[in-house]
Amino acid sequence: MDEILEILSNDARLSVDEIAKLTGKSKAVIAKDIKKYEKNGTIVKYKTVINRGLLKDNGSFVMALIEVGITPQKDVGFDYIAERIYSFPEVTGCYLLSGAYDLLVMVEGENIQTIADFVASKLSPLPHVRSTATHFLLKKYKEDGVVLKKGKKTKRLNIAY
Amino acid sequence: MMKKRISKKVDSMPPSGIRAFFELVLGMKDVISLGVGEPDFVTPWHIREQAIYSLEQGYTSYTSNKGMIELRRQVAHFIKNRYNVSYDPEDQVLITVGVSEGIDLAMRAILNPNDKILIPTPSYVSYEPMARLAGGRPVLLPTSIDNSFKLTPQQIEQVCRKEKNIKVMLINYPCNPTGASYTKKELGELAKAMKKYDLIIISDEVYDELSYDFDHTPLSSLPGMKDRVVYLNGLSKGYAMTGSRIGWACGPKDILGAMTKIHQYTIMCAAITGQMAGIEALRHGARAVGDMRREYMRRRRYIVDALNNIGLDCHMPQGTFYVFPSIRLTGKDGMTFAQELLKKKKVALVPGVAFGKSFQHNVRIAYAASYEDLKEAVKRIKEYLAML
Repeated sequence: MDEILEILSNDARLSVDEIAKLTGKSKAVIAKDIKKYEKNGTIVKYKTVINRGLLKDNGSFVMALIEVGITPQKDVGFDYIAERIYSFPEVTGCYLLSGAYDLLVMVEGENIQTIADFVASKLSPLPHVRSTATHFLLKKYKEDGVVLKKGKKTKRLNIAY
Repeated sequence: MMKKRISKKVDSMPPSGIRAFFELVLGMKDVISLGVGEPDFVTPWHIREQAIYSLEQGYTSYTSNKGMIELRRQVAHFIKNRYNVSYDPEDQVLITVGVSEGIDLAMRAILNPNDKILIPTPSYVSYEPMARLAGGRPVLLPTSIDNSFKLTPQQIEQVCRKEKNIKVMLINYPCNPTGASYTKKELGELAKAMKKYDLIIISDEVYDELSYDFDHTPLSSLPGMKDRVVYLNGLSKGYAMTGSRIGWACGPKDILGAMTKIHQYTIMCAAITGQMAGIEALRHGARAVGDMRREYMRRRRYIVDALNNIGLDCHMPQGTFYVFPSIRLTGKDGMTFAQELLKKKKVALVPGVAFGKSFQHNVRIAYAASYEDLKEAVKRIKEYLAML
């Protein structure tokens, strides 16, 4: 992976100026490359990883992983039905997998009932959806490569040769 | 009259001049520390996991004095693969308790009372006292910021002509505290001078994985050098395994045999958990080491640029995670600078004088700290400079 992407994927707040200093490249080159990545869709979006477990209203948030079996269609394969699923705003993630089922769909809702309703009234009735199996998420430990528990402070001494 | 309880040799050793400063740092809370000579990363998980597993499996015994044969084979294989230098794992590789033990063993194995040993400065703090404990007479060879703290072959020749009968030379590159290192060509020139004066070399290459501008070249890989070099390396720096205390010494059979003799009576063997972790590190650690190296490289660029920007003269080092800027413009010596910066701005660094008497006007900054901490530390140093 390009070093610029490596740096940004770890901290998207860094400025062009800072990235230039860290990489030893000129500001112009960094700015040009970032523009290029934004334009061709390599960089999709800059977002923040939030540990919802620490929010006060954590109770009004439920997440589920749904295994969806699909009958693929001539010419469009899985893509057509995937698009119909991931277009729902409740869907936060959608992946085509190899193995026992086809799509893994991540869904967020206010409570278990909203998700149950989504599955029953929106997802299951879609044409070509053969089966669903819904798993409610109990705890998030790690997301986007980041451990959500706040790490302990380093154990090394403050000074050493 | 009471007998003198402490041996003359130890009694005559000067206490570390900056011990008091270290105590001051250790007693203070919420310090941003750029004073630590070890990685800010913890040991990569796959290595820690292997160490835990080895305990579960009951690996809790002594090992062979020389170290586990699997680890010695890994070490030999690694050096052969990476640097194309062959060492026989049976009698040319010794697993030590960190490189520190390797240095002690090499000095004790080679030095007779009053044999001279050449030590370039600024240098890691232990070389000179260890040489004295081994009975040797250290001859210090200061490097200068004018040559980016690199030794020149002329310096070696000059001192060897002046000081007759220097038997041993210690070299450490990339260098703690300056970060200076040598290209293959530069090393070749140094090696010529070393051969000319028939020096035995103790080469501390523990920062080899943290070389940024060119590939590291072991001194023992150069023509005609292998038989006169004790090559020392270990897992502490590159693999972020300081606490595992695993190092290794490789070299000619006679010297390694002598070192092994001392090691077997004094240490017996390195801790088995560390050795088991070491096998995993050398087998599968390359990716983690690469990730850490890239991170240090970025911080190096940042810190050198930032220090020069706030007026501290800082050269671009080729390796390690240290820079050794001059603070001459402040009109203060390094110790005063470090003490004031600690008290007023809670930033810790190490005065240059710790690494050699003549480096009163330098400080060592370790950039083994997060980018956020480095930025905050630079901001505070800038504020401190503005108060002067």
